[in-house]
Amino acid sequence: MKAQRLGAWIAIAIGASYFIIPLLGTLEFSLRMRRGAYSFDAYESVFADLQFRETFGYSMLMAVLTIAFGMLLVVPTAYWVRLRLPQVRPIVEFVTLLPLVIPAIVIVFGYLRLYNSSSILPLTGSTSGTNALLMFSYMTLSLPYMYRAVDTAMRAIDVRTLTEAAESLGAKWPTILFRCIFPNVMSGVLSGAFITFAIVMGEFTMAALLNRPAFGPYLQLVGANKAYEPSALAVIAFAITWLSMGLIQLVSRFQKSASPKA
Amino acid sequence: MTTTTATAPLINKRAVIDWLGIAPFAIFALMFLIVPTLYLVTGAFLTPEGTFTFKNLADLFTPTILSAYWISIRVSVASSLGGALIGFFLAWAIVLGGVPNWIRSGLLTFSGVASNFAGVPLAFAFLSTLGRTGLVTVFLRDWFGFNLYGTGFNLLSFFGLTITYMYFQIPLMVLILTPALDGLKKEWREAAEILGASTWQYWRMVALPILWPSLLGTTLLLFANAFGAIATAYALTGSSLNIVPILLYAQIRGDVLHNPNLGYALALGMIVITGISNILYIWLRMRAERWQK
Repeated sequence: MKAQRLGAWIAIAIGASYFIIPLLGTLEFSLRMRRGAYSFDAYESVFADLQFRETFGYSMLMAVLTIAFGMLLVVPTAYWVRLRLPQVRPIVEFVTLLPLVIPAIVIVFGYLRLYNSSSILPLTGSTSGTNALLMFSYMTLSLPYMYRAVDTAMRAIDVRTLTEAAESLGAKWPTILFRCIFPNVMSGVLSGAFITFAIVMGEFTMAALLNRPAFGPYLQLVGANKAYEPSALAVIAFAITWLSMGLIQLVSRFQKSASPKA
Repeated sequence: MTTTTATAPLINKRAVIDWLGIAPFAIFALMFLIVPTLYLVTGAFLTPEGTFTFKNLADLFTPTILSAYWISIRVSVASSLGGALIGFFLAWAIVLGGVPNWIRSGLLTFSGVASNFAGVPLAFAFLSTLGRTGLVTVFLRDWFGFNLYGTGFNLLSFFGLTITYMYFQIPLMVLILTPALDGLKKEWREAAEILGASTWQYWRMVALPILWPSLLGTTLLLFANAFGAIATAYALTGSSLNIVPILLYAQIRGDVLHNPNLGYALALGMIVITGISNILYIWLRMRAERWQK
């Protein structure tokens, strides 16, 4: 038993150092810009860069739009499948998992061929069309996570009874959906939203191949041209991921402590 | 009988409404997931003029493309096996190793973050750690007089890419395997011990036979995960390391293979490889779930 505990601690120590050293390395490197002294120069340089603000803002906007449209697609679908079409559930679940099976680069390759400027639906022919296509591609990427999060939250509530209660009180379907179902699956909606946010902020392949000025391609560009700024950006990116995941934990913990009372 | 025929049209109308309800999802999935993929798959079997051919698939067996697949497969196998092994020991340590609870919750939270910390920033993190002027490289040089790059080590290589990929592979393994290890019942261990089994015998004859579908399945998932990844490798090595996603990226950008339909075949190859490993993963997970009830 003692040997087992020792082994466990050794495993934890090795794992922790493998996880922590690259983070320390990144942090240390990002502070090294001024010769001979640690400073925040690299961060100042990053925040002063106009392109940083533009691409960051662009990706933020994309993330918000992806979350809004994604939820408008996922929540009614998950609701409808549970209420009316339980027999297609395996198929819908399978489709939502496909983006994990088909690599992102393959999906975007298909878009570029299918929606090019000489096709029936020339989405890549205009800037707004390409923006829309990028948003749809992000919705596709986040589909597995959003659907799972919402569906798990929906499992906890009795969709049928809620619907019937709302109907017998005279509610129309928009009221049922937006004032009855959405608030009840809010924990799922929020965790799906945060993970989508983390995915969209760091995504590189889709935005690079669709030629849109997003944060991911900007990171790559800085990485190829500058020395200290990339580490500062990596620290910022890690903080964004950490923040998103932390918020998911917070939401699920809040949900757990709230549900017995409700 | 009469009532059935009388209500039949009504049921049909309801059925139409039922199916209309998932129409937005179906249209979305067709437009942005299924049709684009099928377009590439069919394109892989067509000549540029549109006649059926197997030539594109045959052309995949040229040295450049084969070597790209070979490097990709090696990196994916190495990082998934390494990730699975270390991830297994970490999961084992937090479930059965008797470490304090805060380490368990800390590691699980961190794994949730790190498994999503991929892409370009991960490449930066490893460059500033193990690159030529990275923290560890400099530390080894200044304190131990050890020149890491003198040993032939290079971050921009097969080995470097494998170490970097393991940063998101290990946490994924921890996240999936911890519930499986939690599912090992205490009674099984006690029963084995009462029957006189040693720890080794318990693991070899009880625990591992129960765990192997989870272990193998998750390893396959990690494999597919690494095989499709591009951003980290691209930011780390530029286009100097010839792996399949980077070759496909170059092909999409500028038709480096001089045959658009060969690009489709390249994509088809990726779908087949990640598809097979995912199908096996799902099948193994169903087997594993029999013990988790």
